[in-house]
Amino acid sequence: MRVVVDLATCQDHGQCAIAAPEAFRINDAGALEYDGSPGEEHREHVEEAADVCPVQAITIED
Amino acid sequence: MTAMTGRSAGGHVVIAGAGMAGLRAAERLRAAGWDGAVTVFGAEPHLPYNRPPLSKELLAGAVGAGGVREAHAATAFRRRANIDDVVWEPGARIVRACLAAGTVTLEDGREVGCDGLVVATGLRPRRLRAPGTHPARHVLRTVEDAVALRDRLRPGARAVVVGGGFVGCEVAATARGAGCEVTVVEPMPEPMGLVLGPELGRSLRRHHEERGVRFRVGRTVTELAPDAVVLDDGSEEPADLVVESIGSLPNVEWLDGNGLDLSDGVLCDGLLRAEGRPGVVAVGDVARFPNPRYDGVPRRVEHWCVPADTARRAAATLAAQLRGEDPAAAGDAPFAPVPSFWSDQFGLRVQSFGAPGLGDRCELVEGDLRRAASGIAMVYHRDGRPVGVVLAGIPASRHRPYRDLVAGAPAPV
Repeated sequence: MRVVVDLATCQDHGQCAIAAPEAFRINDAGALEYDGSPGEEHREHVEEAADVCPVQAITIED
Repeated sequence: MTAMTGRSAGGHVVIAGAGMAGLRAAERLRAAGWDGAVTVFGAEPHLPYNRPPLSKELLAGAVGAGGVREAHAATAFRRRANIDDVVWEPGARIVRACLAAGTVTLEDGREVGCDGLVVATGLRPRRLRAPGTHPARHVLRTVEDAVALRDRLRPGARAVVVGGGFVGCEVAATARGAGCEVTVVEPMPEPMGLVLGPELGRSLRRHHEERGVRFRVGRTVTELAPDAVVLDDGSEEPADLVVESIGSLPNVEWLDGNGLDLSDGVLCDGLLRAEGRPGVVAVGDVARFPNPRYDGVPRRVEHWCVPADTARRAAATLAAQLRGEDPAAAGDAPFAPVPSFWSDQFGLRVQSFGAPGLGDRCELVEGDLRRAASGIAMVYHRDGRPVGVVLAGIPASRHRPYRDLVAGAPAPV
C-alpha cells in the first residue's frame, strides 16, 4: 500500500504513531517520520491512523 | 399518506446525522460486514467535515479562506472506498421517528423505512439566555458559524467570549491572534476547570493573560446591551461581538415518543444499543454510554475521538443484530475506549489521555505551572489510581508513556 502524509498540514499530533507504530513514528525532535509503503498486513492499523489524524493529513493511495 | 421508500429486500440501515459520527458509522457498518442498503441523512447541507479547525486554523484564516464553499472544502473528510455505495442525503433533516413501525420522517414529509437505525445527530450550541439584545451574537458549531465569526475578527474589535471551556478558550486565543480585544467571562473560578482542575486551569489562564486575553472568572452574563454585556456584579464589558460558548445540547427531540431515555443524549448500554429498543444504536457525542474503564456510569463524551470509537462498537452491534446474531459476541467487549482530546491555544498544544475530569486529586509530574509553554504533565488520580493525564507543551514523541500510564486494564466494576 502507498501512504502519503501532507507534511504542510501535519501538526505532529502523533495519533498516527499510536494507531500504527509499524508505519509512523514521532522522532526525538518531535517531528513525524513514516514509511510510505508499509506492508499490506498493516492496512487496518494504517487506515486507523488516517482516521485518527486530527488534521486529516494522511492519504492512502491504494 | 406519504410514500414509503427505502425498505429493501436485504434490509436498510438509516444513519441519522452526516457529521463525523455518521461517516464513521457508515464505514464501520461496511467493515462489520453489513452489505445491505445504507442511507445517511444530514441536517446540514454538507458532506461530513472536520470540526476542530473551526475554532483554530479556519477561524484564523490560515485555511479555507473565501466563503463557506472554500471553508468546507478545506475541512471535508476523505471517504473510504468501502462506502462508495452508501447514499448521502445532506440537507435532509429527520424530524420524527416511529421506531415501532421502523420509519423516520424527513423535514420535507418523506417517510423512510428502516430495519436498523444509527443515531448520530450530534449536538447544537446551548444559547445564552439573558434579556436584552446584541447585534452580533455568535456561536461556533458549523462551517457557516465559523465563516461568519471569522469575518468579524478584525483588529481592535472588542470580543466577549461567554464561557471559558476549551472551545471558548480556543476562540479567545484565535481572536486575540487576529488582533481583537478579548475578554472571557467564565462562571467557574478558572477556565477549563471542570476538566483540568483549578491548578492547571489557572496556569492556562496565565498563559492567555500574558498574551493579552482578559478573564472575568466567577462571573455570569445577566443582560445584553447593544454594545456590551452586563455581568452579575453589575459591571459592563464593552462588546462589538459576543461569542456564546456555554456548552451544547444533544439533538434528540426527533426521537421523542419512542420510549427511549433521552434525558441527556441517548442512553445506551455498553454495546451502544439504545436502551429498550433493538435495532437502534447511537454514536458520537449524542450517545450516553458506560465506560467500564472507569465505572458503570453512562456519560456523553464530547471528544473528537468518540465518533470513531463508538462507531466501531455500534456498527458491530447493529450488524450482528441485523443478522440475527448475538451482538455481545461481535466486536470489542467490554467496550472500554481510552478517551483523548487536544486543544491548541496560542501555539500551546494541550493533549489529554484518559478522563482527567473524573480525578479526585491531581499531581504535577513535570514542569512549572507558572510557565505552561515550557511543558507540563499533570496526572489525575481517582481512588488512588491514575485515570487521566494532561500534557501541555510536551512534544508527541514523549506522549506514549503518559498514555500507557492511564490506558492499562480497566478496573473491575
